[in-house]
Amino acid sequence: MLAPEKNWWKPMGRMEKSWLTVAFVWCVFLTVMMPLWYFYGKQNVPTETYRTSTENYGAKVNAFVEQYTVGKDEASGFPIVAAPPGSDVYIRASTWQWYPILQLEKGQEYRLHISSMDLQHGFSLQPVNINLQVIPGYDYVATITPTSSGEFTIVCNEYCFVGHHTMVGKVIVTEEK
Amino acid sequence: MASLAPTTAWTKGAKDDYRDCPVTTLKVDMHTERLIIANAVMAVVCLSLGGIAALLIALTRWQAIHLLPAAWFYRLLTLHGIDMLIAWIVFFEMAGLHFGSTILLNARHAAPKLAWVGFGMMTVGGLMANAVVLIDPNSNVMFSAYVPLKAHPLFYLSYILFAVGALLTVITFFINIVVAKREERFSGSLPLVVFGLMTAAILATYTLLEGAAAIVPAFFWSLGILKNYDPGIYRNFFWGFGHPAQQVNLAAMVSIWYALAQMTVGIRPVNEKFSRLAFILYLFFINLGSAHHLLVDPGLSFAWKAVNTSYAMYLAVLGSMMHAFSIPAALEIALRAKGYKKGLFGWLRNAPWAEPGFSSLVLSMFLFGWIGGVTGVTIGTEQINMLVHNTLRLPGHFHATVVSGTTLAFMGFTYYVIPLIFRKELKLKSWAKWQPYVFGFGMLLTSLGMIVSGLQGVARRNWDITFAGVVPGTVEISLAVFGIGALLAVTGGIMYVTIVLTSILTGPRLEASNLLLLTGTHNPIIDSTKLTDHQMEDKQNQPKGALVLVFAFLVWFAIYYFTNWWLLGRTWFIR
Repeated sequence: MLAPEKNWWKPMGRMEKSWLTVAFVWCVFLTVMMPLWYFYGKQNVPTETYRTSTENYGAKVNAFVEQYTVGKDEASGFPIVAAPPGSDVYIRASTWQWYPILQLEKGQEYRLHISSMDLQHGFSLQPVNINLQVIPGYDYVATITPTSSGEFTIVCNEYCFVGHHTMVGKVIVTEEK
Repeated sequence: MASLAPTTAWTKGAKDDYRDCPVTTLKVDMHTERLIIANAVMAVVCLSLGGIAALLIALTRWQAIHLLPAAWFYRLLTLHGIDMLIAWIVFFEMAGLHFGSTILLNARHAAPKLAWVGFGMMTVGGLMANAVVLIDPNSNVMFSAYVPLKAHPLFYLSYILFAVGALLTVITFFINIVVAKREERFSGSLPLVVFGLMTAAILATYTLLEGAAAIVPAFFWSLGILKNYDPGIYRNFFWGFGHPAQQVNLAAMVSIWYALAQMTVGIRPVNEKFSRLAFILYLFFINLGSAHHLLVDPGLSFAWKAVNTSYAMYLAVLGSMMHAFSIPAALEIALRAKGYKKGLFGWLRNAPWAEPGFSSLVLSMFLFGWIGGVTGVTIGTEQINMLVHNTLRLPGHFHATVVSGTTLAFMGFTYYVIPLIFRKELKLKSWAKWQPYVFGFGMLLTSLGMIVSGLQGVARRNWDITFAGVVPGTVEISLAVFGIGALLAVTGGIMYVTIVLTSILTGPRLEASNLLLLTGTHNPIIDSTKLTDHQMEDKQNQPKGALVLVFAFLVWFAIYYFTNWWLLGRTWFIR
């Protein structure tokens, strides 16, 4: 709070120097971890993105559902859609639903497209706990490989007005064939 | 040797515009005094509004109680964010800027009219935001107001009013310092606390400009004048404001830490260069942190996210870690110099734990660093963010930084503002002694409850997680911990508001006679000027305990950090 002495530019003490060195090394390490995981890790943030429009994306989702529907979910009335491994699969977010219900196969890779038809939404796959931001006008492509099977829930975790908490979807992952 | 503010003569004709503080011997400009009082009162009003909202939303998220209907939950959550994250803290910081740019420099307030215009705009903006959210059914859009979720135009206008008002106040800070320098009110460098506040003010300038870049177009868009507003662009600009705004809080809080340490223990900064460099690191790198909010957004590359989220190699984090050593070390040396030399932590045992300024300082530093800082750096790691984005772990992190850290430090500081600036006797002193502990412990539970719930996938900003149908029963427990913590913290908040109101509304005006509130009649600020170079360098006074503490911190940091990588490695493959 008080004015410092005239010449305050003094060499640091031994303790300051050693803590500064250790802290700096830790910071460098924290930085290096991200590119390391980028090259060697299996879980990286998807970057593939395309500009899209709600009409365009909606049409793609409809064509996808038409081509690969295998059944119907009793509770929601939504189609269950199973595309062959390696193909493009689509999820459409809108207030307040995730459409359609995807059926995937464990251990197979898919190109998962996500976009919104209206507001921003949050793609939160539970209990896997993978969370991605969904923004209208952006077709976000995540290349995913399920490593567990069963029924998974998509929760919306970006606030999308008063019905937000009712926005729940489903993904089914079957055992490896 | 440090000294109290130099004794340059006050300008002629300004005689009635200042008083001499009998405790600190500093000169207090009367404009500054009134501005500090006005800003502090508005800060406490906003804290009370936000606190009522906090209680109600916490009791709703505590699943076993689930108090409010959905629409009111979202409405009050919007209000809570605005009142706490913006209004309370910024009003308090504005008071801090007036204080730092005049009283600590022995200077006059050179632009009181501009400062009052700024205060007026902030007050209108702040209250208007509350009114719009409470009245308009479509304006419960959260603090972040993501386009294309559209609120009433007045909602955006209230943000703009508040921000422009704050910007005007920040400008008066710079004016005051320039005028003080010209009039030779002080010689040499700025005191460290003012230097830190200057960091906050510079950060605030571009933060507010970026806020304008986000909110002004949103205002025109809500009026229908602007047809399209890209939500991705909005996010980029909004967080160019939203995140650096928290760094303004950080820089202001660290300045207050140094002030509290000097006022309660009488520290002398161990090395001015070291502490100032840490502030400089904030200045250059901390704004990059706005990328933290865009880590799982579409359209941005790996490299862009990695460089920005790491503050270009965590250099801003390095700044915080430097303060994390520098302040405890200064406390340790000052206490050892008083004769508490026994063992590694004898100084800590003999510290003035009953003094609210000291307990709030220590709790604020501990909770900010060990909970807030560690979780913040970890969840700001690009890949790990996939596990965390928009889960309850996020508010868990920033309640540890902005609430347990900044708010607690500001609360502790208020107790000294009351006798020194309001010139009222502090009432309910025994409450003041316990208040930091109640609030701090409550916030610790709140943050931990949120963090553990978020780890299990519970979403933030969500009225009822049972719809998700996937949350394990253990979530009930962690949400209950969160709820109980929030109740305790709100109790601490009520204690704070009661102490402040009782003190300023009752009793006659009384010149302060003592700096310390509970732990003695000596004056630590004067004591600090008597710490000699010899004492600072004495072998027996070296801060070994503080060094042990920071290394323990580093170990805990590493454990939490690597646990998260391990958790990430267990989830689905994604790229």
